[in-house]
Amino acid sequence: MMRARDTDWEGVRLHVVTGKGGTGKTTVAAALALALARGGRKVLLIEVEGRQGIARLFDGPPLPYAERKIGLGLGADGRPGGDLYALAVDPEGALLDYLEMFYGMRHAGQALTRFGLVDFATTIAPGLSDVLRTGKATEATRRKARNGQEVYDAVVMDAPPTGRIGRFLNVSVEVSGLAKVGPVRNHADTVARVIRSPQTAVHFVTTLEEMPVQETLDGIAELRAMGGLQLGGVFINRVRPDGVPAADLAAAAAGHPDEAEIALGLKAAGLPDSQSLAAELSAELSAHARNVALQKRERQELAAAGQPAYELPDITDGIDLGGLYRLAEVLRAEGAA
Amino acid sequence: MNPPPAPPRLDTDALIDDRRTRIIVCCGSGGVGKTTAAAALGLRAAERGRHVVVLTVDPARRLAQSMGLTYLDNIPRPVDADFASGGSLHAMMLDMKRTFDEIVEAHADPDRAAQILANPFYQSLSSSFAGTQEYMAMEKLGQLHRTDEWDLIVVDTPPSRSALDFLDAPQRLGRFLDGKLIRLLTAPASPGRAYMKVLNAGFSIVTGTLTKVLGAQVLKDMQTFVTAFDTMFGGFRERAETTYRLLQTPGTAFIVVAAPEPDALREAAYFVERLAGERMPLAGLILNRVHIPVATRLSAARSLAAAETLESHETGNGAGPETDSVTGEPPRYTLAAGVLRLHAERMQLAARERRVAEHFTAAHPTVPVTQVVAQPEDVHDLEGLRTIGSSLASEPGFG
Repeated sequence: MMRARDTDWEGVRLHVVTGKGGTGKTTVAAALALALARGGRKVLLIEVEGRQGIARLFDGPPLPYAERKIGLGLGADGRPGGDLYALAVDPEGALLDYLEMFYGMRHAGQALTRFGLVDFATTIAPGLSDVLRTGKATEATRRKARNGQEVYDAVVMDAPPTGRIGRFLNVSVEVSGLAKVGPVRNHADTVARVIRSPQTAVHFVTTLEEMPVQETLDGIAELRAMGGLQLGGVFINRVRPDGVPAADLAAAAAGHPDEAEIALGLKAAGLPDSQSLAAELSAELSAHARNVALQKRERQELAAAGQPAYELPDITDGIDLGGLYRLAEVLRAEGAA
Repeated sequence: MNPPPAPPRLDTDALIDDRRTRIIVCCGSGGVGKTTAAAALGLRAAERGRHVVVLTVDPARRLAQSMGLTYLDNIPRPVDADFASGGSLHAMMLDMKRTFDEIVEAHADPDRAAQILANPFYQSLSSSFAGTQEYMAMEKLGQLHRTDEWDLIVVDTPPSRSALDFLDAPQRLGRFLDGKLIRLLTAPASPGRAYMKVLNAGFSIVTGTLTKVLGAQVLKDMQTFVTAFDTMFGGFRERAETTYRLLQTPGTAFIVVAAPEPDALREAAYFVERLAGERMPLAGLILNRVHIPVATRLSAARSLAAAETLESHETGNGAGPETDSVTGEPPRYTLAAGVLRLHAERMQLAARERRVAEHFTAAHPTVPVTQVVAQPEDVHDLEGLRTIGSSLASEPGFG
């Protein structure tokens, strides 16, 4: 039996995932998409920065500008997962789509591309490029099949990094500076309505390091100040276990690891040269303990932001497809999906 | 399989001690510690007698504070430290919009400048992140170089989507200048020019579509912007090309920064290839945040096996425990077992990092490498930067 509310983000259909560069934003977005794609559901994972990070994670060829099935979601209770689709959005493709969908003018769009207009417009007005990219994500979120059912149960967007997210999502304001009225403005307003609806949540990915945590807090404050956006979860990536009892960690962090006790243990385990080995391992323990203390401080800082937090373990051998499913399982167990 | 031969070592001290080195550009993908590396190199160079300015783009707040920068004001500020060497250190944060405004004001007559500054397209262009930041960083670098007040400029490139944007920005601008599109957009504002010739079917589709999609007002704003900017484009491109050529001179050294992770090193490899293609002088690679265990003689496998032995003692399945000489109780091996497991993880992490780095070196065997050991905490102050600087200078490269 399912609970009435079995995830923290019931009702959210567009998950925007941001995070500081290097924190594993794409990995977390992909794991979230796998976790959301439970049996019978269809989920779309969108990449907007042309980095082909999704293709690499799923070990596939570069994604075209087309929605392709790239795998099965995480199964549950012995049943297989639903279908996971992926799409790499670029502003040119999105513009062609837009022209065709709203004006039936695909050829005209191709002419614009040929004359370099898309390149030009998106260079002198990045707000236009953003509205085209977010527009594609909101269109996929709203798209309905003939039977009136939504085509995708959820859309996950691997969005630009934290430093650019406010501007990226503030499409309506960015475009209104350029166009007071007219079709582009109307399009931007439609996109903004979806982004600012309860159907959309903005999640932050961070690690327990000072700079990413600070950027996350700044990003959350920025989005709060913008108003009307639903803040999502804080996904704490690459959490390393404490490993040893708290009292030992505290002593080691203060510079007094219990070297004698370690030496005793090493000897009992039959390791040679236990004294000097214990000294070396104590040095490693002290560095680890300082890192754990830092993680703890950063975790508290994040908690002050007041958003639900999810912790993902560090996967020492690097992320492969198996690792991705493991992370998806953790996210589901923690209620993120 | 044998590991590839060790790469040559990147000797950062030799680089900063060489008075002929006038510009160091730190580049790499986001989140690898580029800004920290740039600041650490700048500080170390100043402590070794150079007059240094560090130009940073959007630094993390605490890092900026570590150099005494509290706000962005586009002016190099002296870093408060005592340089016994006779060197000096300044640091500045790039204010992209102000840099752009200043160029407009300096190169257009007052009326035209006012017209440009008020144009919505200019405002969008000058305050947005994509592209402009790269271009303005280049512009500022050129300006700092022309003042000749510093004998070493260390610049950290913007956190671009792709590391390559930095080199592309000036060229893109040039491409627009020569493009058919500019002629199309400026044509209606200057009738009688050769624009009749280009008014073919394709162009009328374009103008028609533009009006329909963007609306007439947007098109008009775009035309006004391009027309007003037209006279300035030449100067822009000329300076961009001057800076570009400056970057190709032997006085410049590019340093690619990467974390020992596949994505960061893939970007680093692209950058190395791209720099070679553009004939830009590459000094080498800084592998940042490398984990090096202390007890390297104890392998991950043996460490794990020892941890398991101790854990079975604890559950009472192993040999009978001795008694602790002080407490008289059976010793608890929780700590030792935990420490052994931590060590095994460290060894595994180090092995993975080495594999990733060897991949890079196998493809680029001639690129000199140095590394910075991962610090347990982030940089807060000059002391932290100093630690990174000395790690840079002393750690052997991989291999």
